[in-house]
Amino acid sequence: MNLHEFQAKELFRAHAVGVPDGVVARSPGQALAATRQLGGERWVVKAQVHAGGRGKAGGVVACDDPAQVRAEAARLLGSRLQTAQTGADGLPVDAVLVEAPTAIARELYLGLLVDRAAERIAIMASTSGGMDIEAVAARDPSALVLVHVDPVVGLMPWQGRRIGFALGLDKPQRAALQQMLQGLYRLFVDSDASLVEINPLVVTAEGGLLALDAKVNLDANALYRQPALEALRDSGQEDPRELAAAAHQLNYISLDGNIGCMVNGAGLAMATMDLVKLHGGAPANFLDVGGGTTAERVAEAFKLVLSDPKVCAVLVNIFGGIVRCDLIAEGIIRAVRDVRIDVPLVVRLQGTKAAEGRALLADSGLELQTAGSLSEAADKVVAAAAGAGASTGSA
Amino acid sequence: MGVLVDNDTRVICQGFTGRQGTFHSEQAIAYGTRMVGGVTPGKGGQSHLGLPVFDTVHDAVHEAGANASMIYVPAAFAADAILEAADAGIEVIVCITEGIPVLDMLRVKAALAGRDTVLIGPNCPGIITPGACKIGIMPGAIHQPGRVGIVSRSGTLTYEAVFQTSVDGLGQSTCIGIGGDPIQGLDFVDCLRLFEADPRTEAILMVGEIGGSAEEAAAAYIRDHGTKPVVAYIAGVTAPPGKRMGHAGAIVTGGAGTAEGKYQALESAGVATVRSPAEMGARVAALLGV
Repeated sequence: MNLHEFQAKELFRAHAVGVPDGVVARSPGQALAATRQLGGERWVVKAQVHAGGRGKAGGVVACDDPAQVRAEAARLLGSRLQTAQTGADGLPVDAVLVEAPTAIARELYLGLLVDRAAERIAIMASTSGGMDIEAVAARDPSALVLVHVDPVVGLMPWQGRRIGFALGLDKPQRAALQQMLQGLYRLFVDSDASLVEINPLVVTAEGGLLALDAKVNLDANALYRQPALEALRDSGQEDPRELAAAAHQLNYISLDGNIGCMVNGAGLAMATMDLVKLHGGAPANFLDVGGGTTAERVAEAFKLVLSDPKVCAVLVNIFGGIVRCDLIAEGIIRAVRDVRIDVPLVVRLQGTKAAEGRALLADSGLELQTAGSLSEAADKVVAAAAGAGASTGSA
Repeated sequence: MGVLVDNDTRVICQGFTGRQGTFHSEQAIAYGTRMVGGVTPGKGGQSHLGLPVFDTVHDAVHEAGANASMIYVPAAFAADAILEAADAGIEVIVCITEGIPVLDMLRVKAALAGRDTVLIGPNCPGIITPGACKIGIMPGAIHQPGRVGIVSRSGTLTYEAVFQTSVDGLGQSTCIGIGGDPIQGLDFVDCLRLFEADPRTEAILMVGEIGGSAEEAAAAYIRDHGTKPVVAYIAGVTAPPGKRMGHAGAIVTGGAGTAEGKYQALESAGVATVRSPAEMGARVAALLGV
C-alpha cells in the first residue's frame, strides 16, 4: 500500500525527520488560506498522486503570489495528472500540498528497503539526489553507499557515520543525519514499511538537512496490525479493476493484449502468459484466482476478465490440487450462463478430478473448447483470438 | 530414502485442530505420512484424527518424538510458531502460511541463523518424497516415486512440473516448494546441494520466477559444483515489471531479477533451459535418455 507525500511527511515529522513547513489543501480556497498560514512570499504547490515524475508533468509549481497558488490549486484539483510513471489515463488529484520554499545547496538521495538477498533492511544513499536512482546505480554502482541493519542489533552509529562521510557532510550535518536515520529506521520498523525513500534529501543553504520529498510504501501483509496507517489508504489512486479483483481475493493486472487469462496460482499464471506469447498471442491480463480457488471466485474472475473490451478470447487454466476440477467446471458453467460470454473460450483442467470436470463441460452444451496439455490450450486460444479478431475486423 | 523427509520422518501439525490443519493432516495421513500428533495451545491431552494433541511443540517432541512440523497457523502467529518449533528441536519446519509480514520473517531468519533447523517456506506448497512422506498442500496423487528432484518457487506451477515428469514416467525423488515470499527458508542453492548429495536424484528440475536473485545464485552454484543434469524454466518473461518490488528492490540485487537475465545466467552455467512451461518434463526425459 502506498501513502501520499503529505501523509509520509506527517510520519516523518512524528519521527523527528525534518520536512519543509506545509499545509494540505483540498480546495483552491484552502490553498489560498495555506499561504497565509505558512507566511512568506513564495510557495510550492505539489499535486498529491501515487506516482513520481510529477515535476516534469506540471504537478509541482513554484509560485510567488497567493493568487497564483490559488489558481494552480484550481488547475490541479479535480484533474488527472499524467506522469512518466502513470498510465495514459493519469491519476486523480484530490489534494495539493502547499509548502514553504527551500533554498537548496545540495541534493542527495536516501532510501530504506528490505533487501531480500541479504535478508536485512538496507539503507542506500547517494550524492546524486533528485535523479532516477535506478539510472544512477546502473551508470555508476560506486555512487551508491549501502549498509545493512541487523534486526537484532538495530541501526548502529557507525552506519550513520559511514553514510555521512560518503555523502560529504560536515560535522553538524552528520549529527543531524544520525538523528534522521534513527527516526527513519524506527519509522520503517514501527510502520511495517517496505520502502521509505527521500529523493531528494537536501542540504539547505543554511546547512540543515530536509526531506524535500517523501515516499513510503507499506507491507500489505502487515496492515492488520497497522489500523491507523490502513485508514490512510486512497483507493482513488488504484486501478478500479485491480481493486475489484482484490475485493474477491483475486490478483489481477491488466495488460495490452487481447487474450484473457484465468489461472490458479501466480507462477502458473505467469507461465500461462508466457506460453500464450510463445504461441504468437498476446495476454490481456495477469489473473491469479488463487491456488485454492472456489467456483464463486471463478465466476467473479470471469466478470473481471470480460470487463476489458480488448478481450476477444479467454483461456482458463486450472491445475486442481486441493481444488477439485469438477467444482471449478461447475463454476465455469454457471459463469458462462450468467455472464453471457460471447467470445471463444478455451478451458484446460488438470489435476484432481480433471476427467470429471472435463465431462461436465462436455455435457453442458456450452460452446467451449477443452485442452489436455498446456501447448494444446495455447494453440487453441491463439487461433480462436485470431479468428475472433478477423471476424470483428470484417464486421 | 529421499531428501529431508522419508518414511521415518515423525511429523506434527501446528494449528492441528483448525480447518486447514485438520484437512491437510487428514490428507497427509491418507498419503501414508507418519503423523505423530499435533499442537493446538489449550487443547493438550485431547485426541484429534486419532492422534494426540499437545499444548506446546516441546511436549510433542518429548512425548511423540516429533522431528518435523507443518505449520498452518494464521499469518499473525506464524513467526511465533516457527521459532517455537525451532527451539523445541524440530529438524524440518514447513510453513505453509501465506501473508506473513516481511519484517517478521527478517527477525525469524536472524533468530534461526547458526541453527541446524531447516525451514521450508513460508507461503509454499511444502515438501513431498513420493510414496513416503507428504508435508504440505500438494495433491499426492499426481506424484510417483522416481528419479527427478524438483525445486520450485510456486505452487500450482510445481504441480504442472510434477505432472509432466509423472506422465513421462520419470517420477520424482523429492519435490520442494520453497515459496514465493521475499524472505524465505531454504533457497534454490540449499535444495540443489541436497539433490546433489541424494543418490536417488538423477536429474534436477528447477522452476524459477522473475524477481530477486535466487536463480542467479543457483546458476553460480551449478557452475562451480553441479554434477547432475539440471533443467530450468523461469516464469514471467511477459510479466509487467515493477509491480511488486518497485525500482529500489532491483538495485540492491545488482539490477538482477528479469527472466532473461536469469535464463542467461543459467545457460552460461550449463543448465538446459526451456522457454515453454509445456516442455519441462520432456526436456528432463531427453537429458536422461528416456
